[in-house]
Amino acid sequence: MIGTLATLVATSPGLLARVGASALQVVAVCVGGPLLLGLMGKIRSRAEGRVGPPITQGLLDLRKLVRKEAIRAEHTSAVAALAPLVLVSSAALCAAITPLVTARPVIAGGADVFAVVYLLLMGSVALALGGLDAGTAFGGMGSSRAMTVGAISEPALLVAVLALAIQAHTSNLPGIVNASLSHPEWLASPQRLLALAALVVVVIAETGRIPVDNPSTHLELTMIHEAMILEYAGPDLALVTVGEAMRLGLLLGLVANLFFPWGIDASGGGLAMLVGLVALGAKTAAIAASVALVEVSTAKLRLFRVPELLAGGFVLAAVAVTTGLVAR
Amino acid sequence: MSTAAYFIGLGAASAAALLGAVLPARRRLLAAAVLSAAACLAALVGAGDVLVSGHAFSVHTAQVLPLTGVDLSLDPLGALFVAATAVVGLAVSCYSVGYGVHATPSRIATATLPAFLATLLLVPAAASVATFMVAWELMALTSLLALLTDHRRRRETRDAAQWYAAMTHIGAAAILLGLVLLAAHAGGQSFAAIAAHRRQLSLPLTSVVFVLTLFGFASKAGAVPLHVWLPRAHPEAPSPVSALMSGAMVNLGVYGILRVGEDLLGGGEMWWWLVVAALGVVSAVFGALHAAASTDTKRLLAYSTVDNVGLVLIGVGAAGALAAGGQQALAGLVLLAALFHLVNHALFKGCLFLGAGALQHAAGTRDLDRLGGLARKMPATAIFFGAGALSISALPGLNGFASEWLLFEGLLQGFASRSAVTVAALLAGVATLAITGGLTATAFVKALGVGFLGQPRSEGAGAAREVGPSMLIGMGFLAGGCVVLGIVPGVVLPVIDRATTAGLVAGASRAIRPGLGLALASVHSEIDPGLLVGGLLVALVVAWGAVRLAPRSAELRSPRRAAAWGCGRDLQTARMEITATSFAEPLQRVFADVLRPDHDLEVTHTAESRYFPEAITFHQRVDDAVERVVYRPVMAAVAWWGHLARRVPNGSVHRYLAFGFATLVLVLVVLA
Amino acid sequence: MQLRHVDAGSCNGCEIEIAQAFAPVCDAGRFGARLVASPRHADGLLVTGVVTKNMAVPLQMTFEATPRPRVVVACGDCAVNGGLFAGAYGVAGSVHDVVPVDVEIPGCPPEPSEITEALRRLTGR
Ligand code: SF4
Repeated sequence: MIGTLATLVATSPGLLARVGASALQVVAVCVGGPLLLGLMGKIRSRAEGRVGPPITQGLLDLRKLVRKEAIRAEHTSAVAALAPLVLVSSAALCAAITPLVTARPVIAGGADVFAVVYLLLMGSVALALGGLDAGTAFGGMGSSRAMTVGAISEPALLVAVLALAIQAHTSNLPGIVNASLSHPEWLASPQRLLALAALVVVVIAETGRIPVDNPSTHLELTMIHEAMILEYAGPDLALVTVGEAMRLGLLLGLVANLFFPWGIDASGGGLAMLVGLVALGAKTAAIAASVALVEVSTAKLRLFRVPELLAGGFVLAAVAVTTGLVAR
Repeated sequence: MSTAAYFIGLGAASAAALLGAVLPARRRLLAAAVLSAAACLAALVGAGDVLVSGHAFSVHTAQVLPLTGVDLSLDPLGALFVAATAVVGLAVSCYSVGYGVHATPSRIATATLPAFLATLLLVPAAASVATFMVAWELMALTSLLALLTDHRRRRETRDAAQWYAAMTHIGAAAILLGLVLLAAHAGGQSFAAIAAHRRQLSLPLTSVVFVLTLFGFASKAGAVPLHVWLPRAHPEAPSPVSALMSGAMVNLGVYGILRVGEDLLGGGEMWWWLVVAALGVVSAVFGALHAAASTDTKRLLAYSTVDNVGLVLIGVGAAGALAAGGQQALAGLVLLAALFHLVNHALFKGCLFLGAGALQHAAGTRDLDRLGGLARKMPATAIFFGAGALSISALPGLNGFASEWLLFEGLLQGFASRSAVTVAALLAGVATLAITGGLTATAFVKALGVGFLGQPRSEGAGAAREVGPSMLIGMGFLAGGCVVLGIVPGVVLPVIDRATTAGLVAGASRAIRPGLGLALASVHSEIDPGLLVGGLLVALVVAWGAVRLAPRSAELRSPRRAAAWGCGRDLQTARMEITATSFAEPLQRVFADVLRPDHDLEVTHTAESRYFPEAITFHQRVDDAVERVVYRPVMAAVAWWGHLARRVPNGSVHRYLAFGFATLVLVLVVLA
Repeated sequence: MQLRHVDAGSCNGCEIEIAQAFAPVCDAGRFGARLVASPRHADGLLVTGVVTKNMAVPLQMTFEATPRPRVVVACGDCAVNGGLFAGAYGVAGSVHDVVPVDVEIPGCPPEPSEITEALRRLTGR
């Protein structure tokens, strides 16, 4: 690792700029994720005829949570303390290497589809283990359900992005984004549309939105994701919340840039990055708004109907890949 | 040097077996362990030398086996398997000291472990049909003996041994048939002679040979549908033996496929390799599903072996198909990935089986439903088992991720292939990789979370204590290997790459760029796990610091310990915790079509009213569907046939004389 | 301000009013108040009803499970001083007999606007 770092420093004068760009992406996701959640909540409230909490409520709640006391259940091991940290740091690393604001490879040797999917899996595994640590009935139930949903949605995510990777002849995410920038005709190709549909299903499942999971339920038996985190309080809860919001922002940003790459900073330079940031915000906000609108008008699926939806997503992704291969 | 080191290794392992058999109870365990560890070290040096230098050695002695003599030769392909075995063997030898401390194993048990190890080291070096079959059968025999260690105490052990014996001998018979056929037509039984004459062999013949040997080797590797012995034998064998079986023996099935298909037969037809890849796809998905549904630690690990062997076979099959289609460099890359995964699997599965042994040792049960809460009682075991479990779930920074990434990239590059069938196979391979990824993570979150976290669910688990240092060193060695290969995978790739140069596949030396991370030369695809781990650590520290430094009144600084939130119930017991069965339940329901669980719900009502149940019992078991659908009918048919045949010999001498006479007449009629 | 609602023995009248406080007309949510599923996530408890003997321990446990700083809101006459049920059979007392109360919302049941008003005082908006 040190050797690689040394070569990085030696070969790329713009290392600082790169690190700066990835830090910007992390901060953007860190702040943007909770804002996107706030936006979705706002749209939901408006659709229900309420004013609803302000969009910044999520950030305000975070500020409050880190100042509160942390509570750990007796008999928990180090896992309970580590899980929120791992969730956040895996999401942050994902945000650093994914082309969100800039399509230049931020960290050479990391921005890979496979890496992003498995980093997300790392967060899920950490959260699931955290849910099991306190030994409560609902924590374990939530872990079991979340892993079941994840076991079907992660493959769908990988295969859906694979459809794009085959088209672009690389599994490197900036490579895919740059290739789609120079081939605008790809964006309407059938495999892209199918992959988009599959990805939307995955994003809904991964972020625990209706119809897969209901983030605002109070009934433990109906919970998936919420049940795992019933035990976290104060700063731990702040980490989990921000981690989850970051994953949402990240996935929405990924969908936005893979399918609508316009506006992303492809050349470098401060202004281009600013444009990239604004474009990212606008695109993710648009997708978040449509997800929220769908959410208001749908009912949550029964738990054992969820896998069918996800399997549908996986099949869509597989069809996307096949279409891509046939169309060559 | 390599020759001497290798033979010292073989000799030391045999000496360990001998000492284990003759020394008195107090000494034999330690003597056997020390000698077999030395044997592994020596073999590792020998094999490492072959791998690094790329020079094979060969030895022929006429003295040892009558008629044919013994041919031994270690080329880089064989050396890779010897090295993998030696690494697992080293950990197992160390571990076996602590494992046997409480109840000193019998002489035979002490002797069989090093003997098994010796045969494992021997098989990859066998260089003629006769030597190979002798070594192979010795391996089958010693592993069977090692499996039977506990047969006095457990009925299931005998059952498992019968399955194993039957499967392994059907397989050995098929291999023998195939190799003899090959030797007969190739004008010699040494592997070198066969490889030299392969161009003169007709295609139907080579195909028959390949299919026969594939059957045999796949049954050793545990590919579905020939895997049935694995989930029985692995749990019943003592843990050091299961670690060797899963970490080293199943590899040799893959070795056999490569040796015969690529080396002796020179690659052959594309469909051969598509069959291999298909076996891999089926094994991987089936194994991963069963692993996710299993509640017995070692059964879970056994099925996960089926899964990982499947992934390796996908790589081997894809490499063969690409090579047959003329894409040598790509084939080399995919094969490199497959072999890398195989090495990694040896490391993490060895570690996990040793960990499972430690659990059983400490808590007295392998049943995840009855474990729990062990992370606080056995922290070191928990860390090592956790490292293995997270590696096998392919989390970044650990070795499973590195090899799965390489396999994924290799398959992805193969999509440029012109052959539609190959592309379809690659697609199936990638989809399988994706599906098994999620399922494996579920299975191992279950093993780790339900087994080690939460509260103990049985007295045994409650009384568990950390195992001794020798067992921990054994596990820690393999866990450390997982971490090192996960962070700097680039250091071993050139070594493994030497092994891919066997036969037709040209080797991947030009397909990967040297370095500590992983990078493909031809396309812009690279990954540096070290950098990822570094980034992760930085993020972790920043997040931790941000939370620590948040302004907070002094009394709220440190976390408070409170009773777990149980929704206000004042009685929280471990019985309310989730068990492995309930953890797996949703997934089992989703995949009920493949897993076919048996449910049994019995409700007895009170005498007064049917509305009030008195007792409810629920049983559930997930049997192997392949075993039920394929093997049970065959076994029933054989048993039926045996019953029929029993009527023939009824003890009457007259009848036997009549049979003899009838046979004689029949023979004469046929001859006339 | 996140609140965990605890029904310590209410007649459900207060619950109906609380639901109304979060419904479109009053919309306590817009001032940053929210009901959550776990006391660990909460900044306080919203307790309704008189505390029955069976609910005294769970109420105490829920209070313990809430991270500090925390507040307790007693909603409705029953919660404040026992109301209709003061001294009745099976009653352990009002909320402040079990846990320290910070905010009281009198009324049987209190109006949604009164509940919202009290919550606004807590969120400071
Ligand atoms: S205060 Fe009135 S409405 Fe509320 S619980 Fe008591 S009796 Fe019911």
